[in-house]
Amino acid sequence: MRNLLPVLTVVLAIVGLWYLAAVWMNATWVYDQAAREGREVFLVDLLGETMMQERPVLPAPHQVAKGLYDGLFGQAITSKRSLIYHGWVTLSATLLGFVIGSAAGILLAVGIVYNRAMDQSVMPWAIASQTIPILAIAPMIIVVLNSMGVTGIVPKAIISAYLSFFPVVVGMVKGLRSPDAMQLDLMRTYNASGGQSFAKLRLPSSMPYLFASLKVGVAASLVGTIVGELPTGAVAGLGSRLLSGSYYGQTVQIWAALFAAAALAAGLVALIGLAERVVLQRMGLVR
Amino acid sequence: MKENDSMSPVIDPVIEARGLDLVFQTADGPVQALKDVSLTIGKGEFVSFIGPSGCGKTTFLRCIAALEHPTGGSLTVNGMTPDEARRKRAYGYVFQAAGLYPWRSIAGNIKLPLEIMGFSRDEQEQRVRKVLQLVDLEGFGKKFPWQLSGGMQQRASIARALAFDADLLLMDEPFGALDEIVRDRLNEEVLKLWARTGKTIGFVTHSIPEAVYLSTKIVVMSPRPGRITDVIDSPLPRERPLEIRDSREFIEIAHRVREGLRAGHGDEI
Repeated sequence: MRNLLPVLTVVLAIVGLWYLAAVWMNATWVYDQAAREGREVFLVDLLGETMMQERPVLPAPHQVAKGLYDGLFGQAITSKRSLIYHGWVTLSATLLGFVIGSAAGILLAVGIVYNRAMDQSVMPWAIASQTIPILAIAPMIIVVLNSMGVTGIVPKAIISAYLSFFPVVVGMVKGLRSPDAMQLDLMRTYNASGGQSFAKLRLPSSMPYLFASLKVGVAASLVGTIVGELPTGAVAGLGSRLLSGSYYGQTVQIWAALFAAAALAAGLVALIGLAERVVLQRMGLVR
Repeated sequence: MKENDSMSPVIDPVIEARGLDLVFQTADGPVQALKDVSLTIGKGEFVSFIGPSGCGKTTFLRCIAALEHPTGGSLTVNGMTPDEARRKRAYGYVFQAAGLYPWRSIAGNIKLPLEIMGFSRDEQEQRVRKVLQLVDLEGFGKKFPWQLSGGMQQRASIARALAFDADLLLMDEPFGALDEIVRDRLNEEVLKLWARTGKTIGFVTHSIPEAVYLSTKIVVMSPRPGRITDVIDSPLPRERPLEIRDSREFIEIAHRVREGLRAGHGDEI
């Protein structure tokens, strides 16, 4: 509870600045409108009219809140206007992509740690893969997979996996290499097999690193999925809400979708944080 | 030095080193870590290796454990090559740091070698109970390492090395990081342990009193290149109360060790 005051202060400050920015950015339209009608604009009119426009440059916080509320609770969840419907479309692809990406990341990391050739060859490619803008490669993945008959959430999940495997590789390589020479020597004195050293030493040592990179990975997964939804012609998903919003100048819709995506990401990261707490506690690594 | 070991016959040798050489290739050129080291350790002996940093005492212990590989000479452990002995799990090794796995309880840590070596669950439980008693840690099995003091952690790591049936216990400065009072107590306990188990113990240390108090044989080593300068067979009885450190014999042996260390340093001091 002691944290509540500073957090609230920051939130209030942001909302205040947002309102100021909304007045400032939406004022042009109000002045244009007034000039056309030949009337004068007073400060009271300005404040009122900048906050209730249909298509504001920057919607005011209460407009976004209303858009978000309508999207979440104002529609049947099967409706194309429901943020829950679109959120689920995005979430399912994100989860699938996250699972694929994490699994690939862990496998690659094991390969890098145990195989000298992979150690020297895989990492440069993994780094190179992340320097290519995802926006450039996403449409190609979708087109190629479509021509192979793969449609639905799989192409989006692949793009999502493409972004999320990288932090997992980096974190897991570091984690699997974290046991020091003495701990590895100890395993040698027991004449432990490679599999035994992996299961009893390297894997448990890597857990804190794994969870840290999973948190980064799941957020990257969500970004990947949303990017993957853009070139699919705005059919469904939070990405398509963003895109159709920008087609029709529905700024409130864009911001509502953005906040929905942010809440989704926060929820996913929090879930991983919870899993981390439970696992590390059971391992005795949390004091 | 007429007690020099290579001259005197040893019944039932566990470790035999003849003209052992080890050269490390480093970026600054070759470093002679061990030069012409010959030593025989008999069954049930308590042998301390003492010398300044870089004298090769730890390296020699690691050679016995097949963690380093000599570049010349011969070395046998239980009549086998060190690597064969390692594969047969002939020794338990205690490192300078306890090196307990933080994610395992004390009992879990002691079970680690037992799991790897494929002991049954019942057998594991039994052995854990036995060695915890041996190192005076009954009732601490469920605790995690961070809940124990440094001295207790090191005792747990000794228990871990004792849990399987290796007759040879190699200890690399196990108490080097502990304070004097804890160290005295642990020295007493190690002696009791040695008396009860009859194991052969190789013990690396920096401390002259520790070496003299514990050992039946003290190996004095000196650096650049790492070599043995003196081997002292201790005349002290096996039963050793702490007070023995004020006896005349104890002080005489300590003096001889100190002389050996000084001679080994030559004109460098």
